[in-house]
Formats: sequence, structure tokens, C-alpha cells
Amino acid sequence: MTRRGGLTAIDGAIALIAILLVIQMWLLTATLESYLSGHSEPILPAAIISGAIFIACAGLFVFVRRIDADVRSKDLYR
Amino acid sequence: MKRASKEQPLWRDEFSVQSATEKYVARRQFSKFLVLTSLGMFIGNIWILVRSWFAVKPSFAPQRITGSADIAVGEVTLFSYPTAEDPCILIRTSADTLVAYSQKCTHLSCAVYFAKEHGRLECPCHEGYFSVKDGSVLQGPPPRPLPRITLKRDGDAIIATGVEI
Repeated sequence: MTRRGGLTAIDGAIALIAILLVIQMWLLTATLESYLSGHSEPILPAAIISGAIFIACAGLFVFVRRIDADVRSKDLYR
Repeated sequence: MKRASKEQPLWRDEFSVQSATEKYVARRQFSKFLVLTSLGMFIGNIWILVRSWFAVKPSFAPQRITGSADIAVGEVTLFSYPTAEDPCILIRTSADTLVAYSQKCTHLSCAVYFAKEHGRLECPCHEGYFSVKDGSVLQGPPPRPLPRITLKRDGDAIIATGVEI
């Protein structure tokens, strides 16, 4: 993979992480609002979905690190 | 004076910081920060879940609703229950049926009123409508039904005994 290709892949992964973060932020505020109003039914599903989003973000971060290591190993900065 | 090597100019030999490398590390650090933020929000959701498991269901003292005996069919009376900051509305829907709900709209807490001509509770702020039978949402942005005030009859008096969310 070239340096340019690596940077493009990393930029795409970061954009995806940011989108997932926005969704997770909405989920947290909606869950808190529901809890404070006395409705506890959506809290468990929300926690499960939030965990899934975190795992997806962690997976994308591992992808970023792998691309980074791959490009660095090719020593393209000389 | 040092001479540049044949392959590289002098400035590249002597200047150790490479801007492309520096930008590359910043992206990695930024993505790490984003993932840690995601972890923080997941922990927040778990905290809410644990709190909900240990939440104690509140119980409220019974309270007599003044003025409830003289309400005509289709008329309402306002009262506060369980505290003075909780406005409620009592509606006589038929000769022997009384219902009461919290008057705070579940959307943005505007005061709902009973629209007699439509037979429903309406919120004037964003046109949210609630059923007078069970407080369920008929139309509009409210996300949840109106909390229902449980009632008990004691002779001619109407007693509010609790809140059903």
C-alpha cells in the first residue's frame, strides 16, 4: 500500500469512527432522558448497542494501527 | 562544512522532523482519542443500567383532591400531586368515571389541557395529543404517554393515591 493510499484509508476510518460516535452520543442522551423520566425498558438494549458501537470503533482503531504499521514497514518516508 | 550526500540534499540530511510523519502520528492519536471517548460513553450507558437496577420505586402519600365532587361531565379540575411542583388534571369523562393525569406534556413539559370538543388532552406548544382514556399519545412529538394518577373514591371525596408512569 502506498503512503497516499494508507492516509486515505486512515481518513476514512476516522470519519467512520466520528459518525459512530455521534450515534453513540445520541443514544446516551436518549437513554439518560428515558431513565430520568422513569422508563427503564430501553436502558438494557441501549447499553448493548452502545457496547456494539464501542467494539466497532475499537475495531476501526485496530485497522488504523495496522495500516500505519504496514505503511511504516515499507519505509515510504525516505 | 558538511557536504550533502549524493542521494539527499543537505537540508534533508540535517533536518530530522518530517512533516508527513508528524501528520501521520496526529491522525493515530486522534483516532485513539475518539475510541476512548466511545469507551467513556459506553461506561456511561452501563452506569445508567446499574443505577436503574438499584432504583427504588417511589411511593406517594394519598392526597384528597379538593373540588372533585362538583365536576360536571366533560369538565376538569386542576390539582397538584404528589408535590406542589407536579401539576395534574382531573377529568370527569362520564357520570361515574374520573381520570387524572400529570399535566406536564412528555415532550417539553408544557401544560396540557382538555379539549372537550375533541375529547382528548392537547398540548398547545407542538400539537401533541393524548388519549383521555389511557393517556397514550395520539399525535405529535411527545415520546411517552402522560403519567396517570391513580384515584380512589372515599365517599364523595376523590383521593389521589399514586403515579403510574
